[in-house]
Amino acid sequence: MSDATDTGPVLAADGTPLKRSLNRALRREKMRALMLIAPLLIFVLVTFIAPIADMLFRSVENNIVEDTLPRTVVALKNWDRTTGELPDETVFAALAEDLVIAVESKTHTRLGSRLNYEMTGISSLFRKTGRSVKRWDIATDGPFREKFIEVDDGWADIEMWATLQTYSSRYTSGYFLNSVDLQLSPEGITAREEDQRIYITLFKRTIFMSLTIMFSCVLLGYPIAWLLANLPAKTSNMLLILVLLPFWTSLLVRTSAWKVLLQQQGVINDVLVWVGLVDNGNRLIMINNQFGTIVAMTHILLPFMILPLYSVMQTIPETYLRAAKSLGATNWTAFWRVYFPQSVPGIGAGCILVFILSIGYYITPELVGGTKGVFISNRIAYHISSSLNWGLGAALGTILLAAVLILYWAYDKIVGIDNVKLG
Amino acid sequence: MKVTQTLMTASVVALVAGGALAEDMTIVSWGGAYSSSQQNAYHDPYMAANPDVNIINDESSAEAVAKLRAMNEAGNVTWDVVDVVAADAMRLCDEGLAMEIDADTQLAPAPDGTSATEDFGELLVSECFIPQIVYSTTFGYRTDMVGDTPPTSVCAIFDTDAYPGRRSLEKRPINNMEWALLCDGVAKEDVYDVLETEEGQSQAFAKLDTIKDDVIWWSAGADTPQLLADGEVVMGSTYNGRLFALIEEQKQPVAMLWDAQVFDLDGWIIPAGLSEERQARALDYIYFATDTQRLADQAKYISYGPARTSSAPLVGMHAELGIDMAPHMPTDPENAKNTFLYNYEWWADYRDDLDAKFQAWLSQ
Repeated sequence: MSDATDTGPVLAADGTPLKRSLNRALRREKMRALMLIAPLLIFVLVTFIAPIADMLFRSVENNIVEDTLPRTVVALKNWDRTTGELPDETVFAALAEDLVIAVESKTHTRLGSRLNYEMTGISSLFRKTGRSVKRWDIATDGPFREKFIEVDDGWADIEMWATLQTYSSRYTSGYFLNSVDLQLSPEGITAREEDQRIYITLFKRTIFMSLTIMFSCVLLGYPIAWLLANLPAKTSNMLLILVLLPFWTSLLVRTSAWKVLLQQQGVINDVLVWVGLVDNGNRLIMINNQFGTIVAMTHILLPFMILPLYSVMQTIPETYLRAAKSLGATNWTAFWRVYFPQSVPGIGAGCILVFILSIGYYITPELVGGTKGVFISNRIAYHISSSLNWGLGAALGTILLAAVLILYWAYDKIVGIDNVKLG
Repeated sequence: MKVTQTLMTASVVALVAGGALAEDMTIVSWGGAYSSSQQNAYHDPYMAANPDVNIINDESSAEAVAKLRAMNEAGNVTWDVVDVVAADAMRLCDEGLAMEIDADTQLAPAPDGTSATEDFGELLVSECFIPQIVYSTTFGYRTDMVGDTPPTSVCAIFDTDAYPGRRSLEKRPINNMEWALLCDGVAKEDVYDVLETEEGQSQAFAKLDTIKDDVIWWSAGADTPQLLADGEVVMGSTYNGRLFALIEEQKQPVAMLWDAQVFDLDGWIIPAGLSEERQARALDYIYFATDTQRLADQAKYISYGPARTSSAPLVGMHAELGIDMAPHMPTDPENAKNTFLYNYEWWADYRDDLDAKFQAWLSQ
């Protein structure tokens, strides 16, 4: 053995260097470990990461224009919109050729809906033209410029061609610009018209209201968690069931229950009028506004604050408080200097849970939020399921995801993520 | 070896036989009272006549367009027949997600031999759309909150002096913009021409501004009936079938305001890209479910007007309440004195633009 160290690297029993042999053994171990978690890893990749990545990718992807009108896009490259003249016959001929193919596979209307997000009227322009193009013969029917304009004078609109040219590249920043109230126009990046600006307001409102909901959850949840942790087991179990009970009730039922309570002809207003605190003619408006959303969502998300707080508080020995008091601390000092710092990891965990859940909530705000209490997620839901503008929906979602990651990073810097405990 | 072979043959035979016994057909609709009216009028008789078909109900019509697009991208369309509103049918057709239908060859003619194209008439608004019912978005009002002068005109929603209290309107521009212009003195036939211009849009928003603080905006069809039942609003818009249920089934002190009701259509589409066998089955179902008698049958269970001209005289009594259904149809001449036909083509173009403006206006 000692001979070997003198002459060269340490050798294993079979004569290979020990280092390599060890590495190989370790690699085998790692592979085995990887194989063991492989089913889960593949499951997460396929069902979670890949779809999200695919959805986020849609926020920049814009293949549809070039795929549907390949010849037109090439021919249109040399057109200069500043001359104020329509593209020449070669572009129209290319368009005719492209459209005949597109109409056959019915992709022209799809392109029309896509471009209609950028300029109103293109949808019906393509639909209408598609019907006529069916009857055209590309080889003999030229010239096409007049033919197109005859079908619909939308083809004589410089603005339309400029839009087509602006959005002809395979990737576009248009969706992201849209989601921050800007737009990609033929003149470059410009601000949206004032009567169409909405997303920045919604982003700000979403963050502000989520923070409010988070703080009200802390305020309401902290005393309850303290009670749960300090009452005798029998009573605290009873309380815990009361905390969990809402979990077993449908979200819609809980939200509707708040309508019954908060509306102007609802239970709370009725009681206030009956007691005489509120005049019958001036019933309080407590729903279909921000207040309604905050109340309903605080209620729905409260368990997510109470549970981590409770599990952290359970680990704080009662003796600490008693020790503090026996050393002369007042009740407040004992709580604030001794108990509270130890419960901070629970607050951190609860806040992260509540904030991230509330930032993406949309059913409750939709039902009780009225006009001022809706979140950005309501617009995302609208674009995904109603307007079918998936690109814009994806861009809004990406920004929301980035905002959450930045806040998470900031939290890590300020409080430290190691300081978060779920139990 | 022999045993395996026998087993395999047996299982193949069993599979084929099992398949032949009951083929599943997934029909997508709106759920609730509407789906049960379809179950009674279409599904049950169809399954009785075709014991080899088993109909599965899916209640996803509200997200049908998005889901069909996702299914199409994934290359796995699991739906056979889908119930959608005409505007959605048009978008599905535009996106190439629904198959085109030739009404004359693929739909049943009327009993007197009139072709389906003629029987449905101008309700065939898209090549892919097979109309089923005419419904309307209209107003209901609390009879006990309007005093001695019940509203007779749609403009009552803008008249907060005569009818104080809150109103509920749908949280989207469609219909609201039209009503605003109608009540601001624009002639019915000019509404869309005016709405096309910036000034026209500002005019509509300005009119809506006058009642903005008095409006509760709804997004689910059940909202207005609930708000009316609780006395939370004095009047509100919703689908006429919901109001029928509120008035006739739940006996609430609510009455219909049919003035300037906006007609809309609901019907079937067949998703594109089905296998030939499934497509043939879907077409067979559609042929049966949209014939004259079946459409008239549905009106026994819900107060929506059948889309065929030939079905109208066959509309009878409500199956449970035993009341005559004809006066509750939006298409009844008494109710349809002043109606407004929603312009699909126009909204297909202006929907994105106006919706952005409408949402911005709402959040101001």
